[in-house]
Amino acid sequence: MFNRLLAILCLCLPLEALARGKTTYFMLGNGMQVVVIEDHRAPVVVHMVWYKVGAADEPPGKSGIAHFLEHLMFKKTANLEAGELADTVAANGGSHNAFTNLDYTGYYQRVAADRLELMMQMEADRMTGLQLSPDDIAVERDVVIEERNQRTESAPTSLFSEHLQAALFLNHPYGVPVVGWMHELQALNYDDAMAFYKQHYAPNNAILVVAGDVTPAGVKTLAEQYYGVLPANPAVTPRARRQEPPHRAARRVIFRDERVAQPLFAREYLAPERNSGDQRTAAALVYLAEILGGSGATSVLGQALQYDTQQAIYTSAQYKPTALDLSTFSLVAVPAPGVDLQQIEDAVEATIANFMTQGIDRELFERIKSQFRANEIYAMDNVSGIAERYGAALTQGLTVADVQAWPQILQEVTPEEVMALAERLFDERASVTGWMMGPKEEAQ
Amino acid sequence: MMRILAIGALLWAGAVQADISVKTVTSPGGLSAWVLEEPAIPFTALNIMFSGGAALDPPDKRGAAFMMTGLLDEGAGDLDSQAFAAAKEALSASFSFDVSDDTLSISVRVLTENRAEALALLKTALMEPRFDPDAVERVRQQVLSILASNAQDPTDIAQRVWAEQAFGDHAYGTAYQGTESSIAELTRADLLAAHQNLLVRDTLSVSAVGDITAEDLGPILDDLLGELPAGSALETAPLELDIPAGLTVVDIPTPQSVAIFGHSGIDRAHPDYFAAFILNTILGGRGIESRLTAEVREKRGLTYGISTVLISKDQADVMLGQVASANDRIGAAIEVIRDEWSKLARDGVTADELHAAQTYLTGAYPLRFDGNSQIARILVGMQRQGLGLDYINTRNARINAVTLPEINRVAAQLLKPEALNFVVVGQPTGLTEE
Repeated sequence: MFNRLLAILCLCLPLEALARGKTTYFMLGNGMQVVVIEDHRAPVVVHMVWYKVGAADEPPGKSGIAHFLEHLMFKKTANLEAGELADTVAANGGSHNAFTNLDYTGYYQRVAADRLELMMQMEADRMTGLQLSPDDIAVERDVVIEERNQRTESAPTSLFSEHLQAALFLNHPYGVPVVGWMHELQALNYDDAMAFYKQHYAPNNAILVVAGDVTPAGVKTLAEQYYGVLPANPAVTPRARRQEPPHRAARRVIFRDERVAQPLFAREYLAPERNSGDQRTAAALVYLAEILGGSGATSVLGQALQYDTQQAIYTSAQYKPTALDLSTFSLVAVPAPGVDLQQIEDAVEATIANFMTQGIDRELFERIKSQFRANEIYAMDNVSGIAERYGAALTQGLTVADVQAWPQILQEVTPEEVMALAERLFDERASVTGWMMGPKEEAQ
Repeated sequence: MMRILAIGALLWAGAVQADISVKTVTSPGGLSAWVLEEPAIPFTALNIMFSGGAALDPPDKRGAAFMMTGLLDEGAGDLDSQAFAAAKEALSASFSFDVSDDTLSISVRVLTENRAEALALLKTALMEPRFDPDAVERVRQQVLSILASNAQDPTDIAQRVWAEQAFGDHAYGTAYQGTESSIAELTRADLLAAHQNLLVRDTLSVSAVGDITAEDLGPILDDLLGELPAGSALETAPLELDIPAGLTVVDIPTPQSVAIFGHSGIDRAHPDYFAAFILNTILGGRGIESRLTAEVREKRGLTYGISTVLISKDQADVMLGQVASANDRIGAAIEVIRDEWSKLARDGVTADELHAAQTYLTGAYPLRFDGNSQIARILVGMQRQGLGLDYINTRNARINAVTLPEINRVAAQLLKPEALNFVVVGQPTGLTEE
């Protein structure tokens, strides 16, 4: 089977099951949180700093500033020339990068374990010492515009996805794309970047995750030396974004583009996310996504539409359990030739309706449960992946205890809980239905 | 009788030391494999690679190997497609099948607790795929959907046109996924023929990494792969490389143009390969800030990403680059690329650049050996390239042995600015076709 088709609409993230492993948590005097994950198989370390700020924290009209600032963080600082951090990582054989999401911004390096100190020195330096020039702004803004051109403007599926999100969220900033709307991106300036930086980049808004061939005591000594000396920023306040009002009207997005090769049906529902001490609802939704659209050959949508009626060549259900405020649950189908979007929409709805009366196949449920358990074993092979789980969780309202409880919660979910959640989830009023198609196709 | 030969490789890079104790195993039945015992996590990563891939498709059957590979887990032995998927899920095993022009590879992860059952299931996919008519039709639709999407994708179009111009009638000149018409006409017999041609014992490389011992692996190899037919794969047709120089524009409506550019490259086994490899790292590689990234992205903001790569196919070696810029800026990007190509061919690299690249490459090498699945992929690739186990120990010394005069001689020979062929897909302004 061709998993390549997954690329058609990637609303998905890897399953957030969580691996065992020796993990230590502590906080520095200035409020910076630290997670240390030991893995002594190879003399390598992953050093990450996550900030509790993302695109959903941008001021109105400044979309893209969180991501733009992430790019600018590689420019000159008090102690580093522009590009010097990257050059230093390379000179030590390491790799590095950065990422921005709706809820967080993160920076990481992967190096030999004995280079950890050097990484901390540089990362601590740019936490408060960034010294931008107007020239940096002009050139790097062009780079970010080209990034939007490449990832979004040139990819109709991304444009479609952007419109679905915008239509789903009535008030919450999750409806604004991380990379930013083009017209706002083009106007971002030095003051916007520095204001955002000074407001959010501080030890009391950051989480340090160190994973690999290290000891908690060793990490603590270095962290106190480099990060512990930075003053907490009193301007950092808990995040309070505009929240969604009750949704009372189903919405539709009809997206036409001459570059669309393959029509696509998508429906997204608002869904609850993992909350600290209360993760069971999200765990049940993880099952629901897997049951409805995890495997093309054995899931409910796959069996009905790819095998029985052969109306679809691809189906999936996707749910991302971790978010600070709210999540989404999506159903996706690519119709087979000769099947139009209205027909595939009707077929998806009928399949879901049938599932609601038939309930869950117990064998499928048990297989999924054992796969979640196995995923914990496979996940231990990738210490960077484990580090990411902690960073993502701690920037999205969860605790180390929540991360460690999650695999067991996944093992405790029952089919009855999943069905009860499905009843609540599929509320048409809290949904957006999207049709993506070429210019000539009939919209009905 | 099973032979096990152990070579402990110690990788040194400054203070970094990775202990990679790879053993070679020869099974009682005469199959060989490399194994790295890493019992910390109760699973095994297994990689199986056959030399010979989609380029062996008969000319009118392009896509046969690709479609066949996609069908290996769509029903095998007594199990139809859905029953096979359910069995695999029940064992929490993962099998991924992948074909390229020159290889067919299978990446496997199996839990220790049910390894025998999982590998028995894998064996049915390799030895007894069913190619049931309904599965064939379903996968045919999937492939056609992939082809339709690729036909609209600027990067894919650019790569395809570049390959067409470079490789002409050779299989490399067309997409290994086939064409709408070739896929439409493939029969079950074509798929069976592709299966018979490619999955043969004498072209096999195998690696296993994880919770498995060399002693365990021998009998496993015989059980899993011992019944493969002996025959060696057909040779991919030789190719006389004659890449036209110039610039072609493919007009599609998109705000950003994608350019693929390049010329002939260098064989992986050529004595100058290491010098060329470092040279490419300096010009457009990843890891260190390359000259092209510095000039096109960092100084001018003309792109989000630019890179070059040396590609060693069995019958052709090329040096390829890729960049994407807004339609009104791609012309400027191409000008900078041409300038940098000429400058590097003419003036070579500096001692500092060579040193920085060597330091990066030798330091990064041991960090690659991270995680069972990743190591298994590296080990099978080394076997396929004919590299010995000692390569792990000697590779960094060979990087460091490249001297400034040597790399600059190679720069003058390998980089041919006048030979560059550009394919630009989009609606670029201010570019003329050559």
